[in-house]
Amino acid sequence: MLRRRPLLPHWLLIAACLSLLLLLISCTPSHPQSTFDAAGPVSRSQLNLFWVIFWASLGVFVVVVGALLYSVVRFREKPGQAMPTQVHGNRKLEIAWTVAPALLLGAIAVMTVQTLFELEDPPSDNPLQVRVVAHQWWFEAIYPEYNVTTANEINVPVGRDVSFTLDSEDVIHSFWVPKLSGKMDVIPNVTNATWFRADEAGVFYGQCAEFCGVAHALMKFRVVAQPPEEFEQWLAAQQAPARTPTEGAALAGQTVFSAKGCIVCHTVTGPDTEALRASRNRGFLDGQPLTHGPNLTHFASRGSFAGSIMETDDENLAAWLRDPEQVKPGNRMSRLAAAFNDPALELSESDISALVAYLQSLE
Amino acid sequence: MAAATHEPEHHTSTGLNHRKLLMWTFLGSECLFFGSLIATHMINRNKAELLHGLSPACVLDIPITSASTFVLLMSSVAMVLAVAASERSDLKQLRIWLFSTAFLGTIFLGFQVYEFSAFVNEGLTIGTNLFGSTFFTLTGFHGVHVTVGVIWILSMLATSFFRKDLVTGDPLNIDITGLYWHFVDIVWIVIFTVVYLVGVFGLNCVEAA
Amino acid sequence: MATANQMLGGVLAKRPVSATGVMSWITTIDHKRIGILYGVTAFIFFILGGVEALLMRLQLSSPEAGVVSAEVYSQMFTMHGTTMIFLVVMPMGAAFFNFMIPLMIGARDVAFPRLNAFSYWTFLFGAILLNVSFLTGGAPNVGWFGYSPLTNDTFAIGRGVDYWILGLQVLGISSLAAAFNFIVTIINMRAPGMSMMKLPVFVWMTLIVSFLLVLAFPVLTVAITLLLFDRLFGTAFFDTGAGANPLIWQHFFWAFGHPEVYILILPAMGIVSEVLPVFSKKPLFGYTVVVFSGVLIGLMGWGVWSHHMFTVGLGPVANSAFALITMFIAVPTGIKIFNWIGTMWGGSVKFTTAMLFAIGFIAMFIIGGLSGVMHAVAPSDTQQSDTYFVVAHLHYVLFGGSILGLFAGIYYWWPKITGRLLNELMGKAQFWLFFIGFNVTFFPMHFLGMDGMPRRVYTYSADQGWEFWNAFSTVGVFLIGISLILFIHNVIHTNRKGERAGNDPWNGRTLEWSIPSPPPEYNFAVIPTVKDRDAYWAEKYSEDPDGRPIPKVQGAAQAEEKPVKIHMPTPSYYPVLLAAGLTLIAGGLLSHISVSVIGGIVSLAAIYSWAFEPATAPESTPSDGAY
Ligand code: HEA
Ligand code: HEA
Ligand code: HEC
Ligand code: CUA
Ligand SMILES: [Cu+2]
Repeated sequence: MLRRRPLLPHWLLIAACLSLLLLLISCTPSHPQSTFDAAGPVSRSQLNLFWVIFWASLGVFVVVVGALLYSVVRFREKPGQAMPTQVHGNRKLEIAWTVAPALLLGAIAVMTVQTLFELEDPPSDNPLQVRVVAHQWWFEAIYPEYNVTTANEINVPVGRDVSFTLDSEDVIHSFWVPKLSGKMDVIPNVTNATWFRADEAGVFYGQCAEFCGVAHALMKFRVVAQPPEEFEQWLAAQQAPARTPTEGAALAGQTVFSAKGCIVCHTVTGPDTEALRASRNRGFLDGQPLTHGPNLTHFASRGSFAGSIMETDDENLAAWLRDPEQVKPGNRMSRLAAAFNDPALELSESDISALVAYLQSLE
Repeated sequence: MAAATHEPEHHTSTGLNHRKLLMWTFLGSECLFFGSLIATHMINRNKAELLHGLSPACVLDIPITSASTFVLLMSSVAMVLAVAASERSDLKQLRIWLFSTAFLGTIFLGFQVYEFSAFVNEGLTIGTNLFGSTFFTLTGFHGVHVTVGVIWILSMLATSFFRKDLVTGDPLNIDITGLYWHFVDIVWIVIFTVVYLVGVFGLNCVEAA
Repeated sequence: MATANQMLGGVLAKRPVSATGVMSWITTIDHKRIGILYGVTAFIFFILGGVEALLMRLQLSSPEAGVVSAEVYSQMFTMHGTTMIFLVVMPMGAAFFNFMIPLMIGARDVAFPRLNAFSYWTFLFGAILLNVSFLTGGAPNVGWFGYSPLTNDTFAIGRGVDYWILGLQVLGISSLAAAFNFIVTIINMRAPGMSMMKLPVFVWMTLIVSFLLVLAFPVLTVAITLLLFDRLFGTAFFDTGAGANPLIWQHFFWAFGHPEVYILILPAMGIVSEVLPVFSKKPLFGYTVVVFSGVLIGLMGWGVWSHHMFTVGLGPVANSAFALITMFIAVPTGIKIFNWIGTMWGGSVKFTTAMLFAIGFIAMFIIGGLSGVMHAVAPSDTQQSDTYFVVAHLHYVLFGGSILGLFAGIYYWWPKITGRLLNELMGKAQFWLFFIGFNVTFFPMHFLGMDGMPRRVYTYSADQGWEFWNAFSTVGVFLIGISLILFIHNVIHTNRKGERAGNDPWNGRTLEWSIPSPPPEYNFAVIPTVKDRDAYWAEKYSEDPDGRPIPKVQGAAQAEEKPVKIHMPTPSYYPVLLAAGLTLIAGGLLSHISVSVIGGIVSLAAIYSWAFEPATAPESTPSDGAY
């Protein structure tokens, strides 16, 4: 009996792991990025495949670790035992345990290849086209068919395939909305494509999944899936010309926005042209205090900002403008914008409240 | 570093000498080293047009490089003769052929210096475009290998004057030098084929914007 | 003519003579001492890498914690990964190669003792170079696989990445030199009668690892050289502005990186294949298959690298191909597992600490291997890639695999190395703490990954529902930490009071157990002649018709300790000098070019002196003034 003791925790541990697993599946806190709650066909077939391989692995685990534990317990050294027979091998057994895993893997391989080809292209022939451009550290979304540019929040219609083209203007990022689809990397000089479909309305969390520099952890985004009619309304609102304030704090904010050099990086007059985009990017690569910032034309229509790490409200906005470095360490705006580096252009509290009013007016 | 150690001849399990086996494994890893560099070149050579249009077809000079390739091949022949001389313990011949090998190797390096400076004059430097980067890096690393070889051979030549035993009594030292030298030659043949012959084959020099 | 030995060997210094003291360790070329140096150094780096991990875990223990900044966190995971792989697992393996290989094949030393010393010193100096970056303003912060173009000077300003490149460059030289040495040693220096199919499995795995090193490292060397040129000389290899494709870096890195992970696991598999038979009192089940499956793993390891790139958009054809080859690596690996179980089956299993670690290794490696196969299923991997699920996988194979396996080796061979046994009670306590702490730390990472937590994030918000498992995981690190403190205590304690081991404390099967512990400088007074696979076992036992061992009468053959004078290679200054020279060349590129020039001169001087210095000093006589 003494010999047996060290083995107990082994069993306990496996039991514990399994029950923890059940715990995880049954009663978890809310997980906005859980891959277990698939909300579209792409993530669903990925999840189904995961379950297949998970149960297969669990089976292999139980059998093999079972055999391991059995051999350890059954053949533990007993006092006064004679030397065991010196067995050197067994051809038949060895063939068996080569073939058996190979067969199992063969089955998994077939499913893998099938799913790979199935998920390659969207099934419908007129998916919504969205071009996603990744930046350190935020995502930009462009709807080429509608001439709409937005940032951090990507609106899509429920039930329609959405086809994405992915470009990066700096380093490698990865586009990932766990509940809707697995990752696709966003690579400079390589244009990747991916697609998904949302089967229910809701806000789905996404996050950049490839380490892309200091603020990688804060490079999130959201997919807002809306019923088709709502989506059409949203598109129409985005296509509307920019609002220009006529009075009060918002008007003052508009002046501040130009005076403090915000317009160097942010466009507020409609979608960015390719030429403007290119010149900003070239400026950045040449080391100028310039970079491509989120398009703010309809800023107030978005629920979150700065890589979707903050909800859009007056307080958060003021905090962001007061000290962006504090909110999102390393971000390009606090490192490059004159307003945060040149004491002459520093924002006063009244500037900030004017800017907040202005930005919040940009419905 | 394995040049001239006079170790007591150990019994070896395979009958192969330790140092010779060492050289073979070293050359095995060198294959992967040059293989990776050549692969880099193959992937990138057609991207030259993306920037300043200095592509292979514009700058490579096949006749001149054919001449330098011939010189390097001849140096390998000289090396074979040097190894043979050391096996015969023919000190005089050995010195002659070692010297010839090093001399031809140096000529080859001269060609390379000329080629590099000609390219730079035409505006192709290591930083010009991807073709320039891979070209200079690949052939530059080969040049460094030739240079090391020349220094090594000259060291053996010097050794033949004050430690005759190391180059005749123990021909292995020359043998191993020879292995290295032939390897460097073979690598050049590959580079010449892939970078120069294939590189310009059927291509015209198009000066892009 | 005065011999050139005197002229050249004596140019820089007299031949070192001291047999004790610091100088004797610096100039030593004894494979056993070098092995110890490797082991101690690797262990120190294990603590360092562990403390880096501890900082990360503290930072992640609660949402939006402020233990370290985003920048420091990036440095931590980069240095943690790089340290654990290049400065812990690889050199720990090298420690055992060094100490054990000559003993197991019945040799007096490795083929090139000075080259061996050189490998150690380049390793040490490279490791120091890498870590100096902490002091000189900014360690590398781009992750252990440093994806381009994040490493370009546009995005990675400062010197961190340069340190990373040059440190790896120097470490690469070390690994290559060691690999050349072990290939020659194993192929050429086997005791008479020890054919390849009589080699102990650990020796076989070392041979495979060495071949992998020889072929894989040059690929990394080229990749980091190109990157270095980009950063220092303005080349365009990874300059996306000039049209470069950043995926080329990934192909290069993983063409090295995947063989590298087998470099990390095969030594541990070799160790376990030695430990299990000894403590089951049975020979390894299916020796031939175990060896060939190792070869097969080594070969297949070259065809799977793009499974790290399932999300870069290679298309379904390439992804299918890489997914399939990757999955089928489970077959040869499975063969090993089953044969290990077969070894214990029907045996008489004794639960020493070494055995516990070996059994723990099998169980944990199965978990890691199975999560590896889950990754290989490309479509579902797009959900797991770059999440904590990968972090779980890699720790199950690297910690649950390599580290547990190496600890099995430490407990198993400790008595041979030091002459004293480690305390078994403390050892078992350490094992259980280690084992439980490991699972507490890393098992929940599977859940975190599936719940969408990406890796390499220094912070996360409370609304993600990740805080429980993160806090749980952090607790585990403390268990691991305590168990390591226990281990250190065990080492110090037994070093003074430990039980003496004698030649053969475990009733071993291989040749190292036939000689005294610790072994004399020359290892074998008489080079043994080998007739059987488990050479030493066959000397001790014959088999009855049922295959049961019967002890042989220890006859007069045991005429030990012939008082012959055995001529061993002589210590040398040049290996350490050359290592220093090369490191100075690299260091100069980071500071001032004159340092590189000095390094170059030192290296040249060392190379020439080395070349003309005889490996074994001629018998020095008083009249021979040069020595
Ligand atoms: C010691 C190191 C080691 C080892 C041995 C392995 C072994 C394996 N690894 Fe792992 N791997 C890493 C270290 C290692 N890996 C690291 C460090 C990373 C992350 C790198 C980074 O991004 O930082 C990684 C990442 C990684 C990925 C990329 C994930 C991603 O980023 O998206 C993949 C994908 O296929 C993978 C697969 C595998 C497979 C299939 C094996 C197989 O060899 C496993 C085979 C073993 C078994 C399967 C168990 C035993 C077998 C049986 C009991 C037989 C029966 C089994 C079946 C029928 C299934 N690994
Ligand atoms: C052999 C390899 C190895 C080993 C042993 C470990 C060991 C550990 N690793 Fe690591 N790890 C890697 C290889 C390894 N790791 C790699 C390759 C990566 C990827 C890097 C990248 O993304 O680039 C990684 C990444 C990685 C991450 C992910 C970081 C991220 O993506 O953000 C984490 C997070 O928890 C982690 C944790 C740990 C912990 C807690 C240990 C522990 O097991 C450490 C235990 C050791 C100690 C605790 C030290 C001992 C200390 C003492 C004795 C002092 C007393 C201490 C106490 C009382 C606590 N590792
Ligand atoms: C040097 C370029 C630059 C300048 C100048 C600049 N910004 Fe920004 N701005 C950015 C970048 C880049 C981001 C994205 C930061 C992130 O999320 O990482 C950003 C983000 C923002 C956001 C959040 C937008 C969103 O949808 O996420 C607001 C609001 C904003 N800036 C306002 C301003 C104001 C007001 C000024 C002037 C005082 C200003 N910016 C000046 C570059 C700049
Ligand atoms: Cu973008 Cu991480
Ligand atoms: Cu891999």
